[in-house]
Amino acid sequence: MSQVLHTPPPSPAPADEDDLAALAARHGLTVSGARPSLREYVRQLWERRHFITAFATAKLTAQYSQAKLGQIWQVMTPLLNAAVYYFIFGILLGTKRGVPDYIPFLVTGVFIWTFTQSSIMAGTRAISGNLGLVRALHFPRAALPISFALQQLQQLLFSMAALVVILLCFGVPISFSWLMAVPVLILQFTFNAGVSMIMARMGAKTPDIAQLMPFVLRTWMYVSGVMWSIDKLTSKDHLPHLVTLALETNPAAVYIDLMRYSLIDSFHSSQLPPHVWPAALGWALLAGVGGFIYFWKAEETYGRG
Amino acid sequence: MAEQTIEYHTERTPVAADSTIPTVVCDGVDIVYRVNGTGAGRGSATAALNRMLRREKAEKAAGVRKVHAVKKVSFVAYKGEAIGLIGTNGSGKSTLLKAVAGLLPVENGRIYTHGQPSLLGVNAALMGDLTGERNVYLGGLAMGMSREQVKERYQGIVDFSGINEKGDFITLPMRTYSSGMGARLRFSIAAAKDHDVLLIDEALATGDRSFQRRSEERIRELRQHAGTVFLVSHNNKSIRDTCDRVLWLERGELRMDGPTEEVLEAYEAFTGGADKPKAPAPTPAGQVA
Repeated sequence: MSQVLHTPPPSPAPADEDDLAALAARHGLTVSGARPSLREYVRQLWERRHFITAFATAKLTAQYSQAKLGQIWQVMTPLLNAAVYYFIFGILLGTKRGVPDYIPFLVTGVFIWTFTQSSIMAGTRAISGNLGLVRALHFPRAALPISFALQQLQQLLFSMAALVVILLCFGVPISFSWLMAVPVLILQFTFNAGVSMIMARMGAKTPDIAQLMPFVLRTWMYVSGVMWSIDKLTSKDHLPHLVTLALETNPAAVYIDLMRYSLIDSFHSSQLPPHVWPAALGWALLAGVGGFIYFWKAEETYGRG
Repeated sequence: MAEQTIEYHTERTPVAADSTIPTVVCDGVDIVYRVNGTGAGRGSATAALNRMLRREKAEKAAGVRKVHAVKKVSFVAYKGEAIGLIGTNGSGKSTLLKAVAGLLPVENGRIYTHGQPSLLGVNAALMGDLTGERNVYLGGLAMGMSREQVKERYQGIVDFSGINEKGDFITLPMRTYSSGMGARLRFSIAAAKDHDVLLIDEALATGDRSFQRRSEERIRELRQHAGTVFLVSHNNKSIRDTCDRVLWLERGELRMDGPTEEVLEAYEAFTGGADKPKAPAPTPAGQVA
C-alpha cells in the first residue's frame, strides 16, 4: 500500500447521522471517553481503592526482587542515605554544632524529606511513564499518582522502623508525643499526593519536566532545613521578614519540624515555626483538594495523542 | 479495486444476535494522529525551540504531521454479536478499537457505547518481577474487579491458563515464564471478567493449539454473557471460528460490513487468495480484485 495520508474522504456516510445519534440516545448509550463529573470521579476512585493499594504494594515489592538481599534494601537504602548526609553535613561541614541529638535530627529530616521528594518525583512520571497502562485499561487516572504516593508512604514506614531503632540507640526516650507522628504523616501524605497529582498532569503534557524536577527538588531540600536547623538561622535576626516567612511556611520544613518535635525530646516547641499545625493542615488541604481537582480537569486527555 | 461495497446494518441479515439492542454506535468517526518532530531537522534543538515559540500557526512548519487513521466510519453493533475487524496492516483497525474503548479521542463524529468497553489487555498492569499469583490479583483489580471477585475466580483463571499443568509455576515470578505461558496467563486474566463490550486485538494468535481452542470457546461464552465482542485479527481462520459479522477497514475507510463469509471472501480476493486452502467454505479464489 502506498501513502495513505491524502486519500480523499469517501462519499458521505449514507446512514443518517441524526438516526445514529437518536438510536444511541433511545437505548441510553453514553459517549465513549467523556470525563465523569467530580462526584462520579471520586466514587470511581473509591471503587478502585483496592487496586490503588495493590498496585503500590506490588511496585514496592517488585523494586528489590532482583537483589540478593531482597527486601532488606527497603531499610538499607534510607540508612545509607542518612549516613552520607551525616558524613558531609555533620562531620565535614559541621552543621551539627549547637543542634542537640544531631543524628536523630538529621535522620528524621532525611527520611521525611525523602518521602516528599520521591512522591513528587514518582508523581511527575505517573502518567508519562505508564502510558501503556493508561492506554490499555480504564480507571480513574488519579489512581496512579495516589498509588505512587502510597508506595512512598509504605517505603517511609520501613524507614520509620529503622528510625525508631536509631532513636533508641541515641537515648531518645519513648514518649506519648510519638503518637503525634500519625497525624503528621497523614497530613504529609495528603500534601504529597496532591502535589504528585499536579506534577502528574504537568508531566503528562510536558514530559521534559521530569528532567527538570531533580534540580528543583534539590534546591527545595537545601532550603527546607533537612540537615540544618531553620530555627538557628531565623533567630539570628538579620534576615528580611519575607525570607523568614518563606522558610517557616515551607511545607516540607513544616512537616519535618513537626515530626522532629513529636519524636525527639530535645526538640522543643519553641523551635517550631509559628502556627505550625494550621500551616500543616492548610498545606495538606490546599495541595490535596486543589491537586485533585486540577488533575481531574484533564482526565480525558491522559495518554492520548 | 472493488467498488465501494459498504453495507449498513439495515441491510444486514441478522445473525444469531439480538438485533434490537445496540451496544456500540459509531457515528461518522474520524481519528487523526498528530506526530511530533517529523519535519525537517526533526528532534534537533532548533526545531524544538521553533515549535515552542511559534506554537499553533507553525504546526506544519515545525514538523507536526497529521495522520488520518480512521475516516468517516459508521456502524452499529448489537448485543450478542461477535464482530471481526479485518484489513491490511495500518488500515486503522487497532486505532478504531482504541477509540471505541474511549482511549483515543475522535476528531469528528461520536462513539456511543453501552457501559464501558474494555480492551482485552492487562499486560501493562502486570509486573514481571511478581509471581503469577500476585499478577492475577493485580490484573483483576486493575480491570475493576473487586477483591472478592478475584478471589472467587482465581482458581478458574489459573486452571484456564494451564500454567500449572507442568508444575507449580504460578508461584514463580512472571519474568521466568516462556512467552507462550505469559501470553496464556494474560489472556486468562483478561478474559476472566464479564465485559459489556469486549475488544480483542490479535490475542488469539498466542499459545498452542489447545489453548487457542479454549480461548475461542471462552470468547463464545463471553458473547453469551450478554456482551458484544470485537476481534482484530490477521488470522482469517480465527475470525471465521468466532465471528458472525465482519467489518473490513482499508486505509481507514469502512470498505465492507456484512456476514463473515461474504466479507472474508472479498477480502481474501483483495489480498491475493485465501491464506488457508482448507477454509470451510469454497472460496472463489479466481476473483481478483
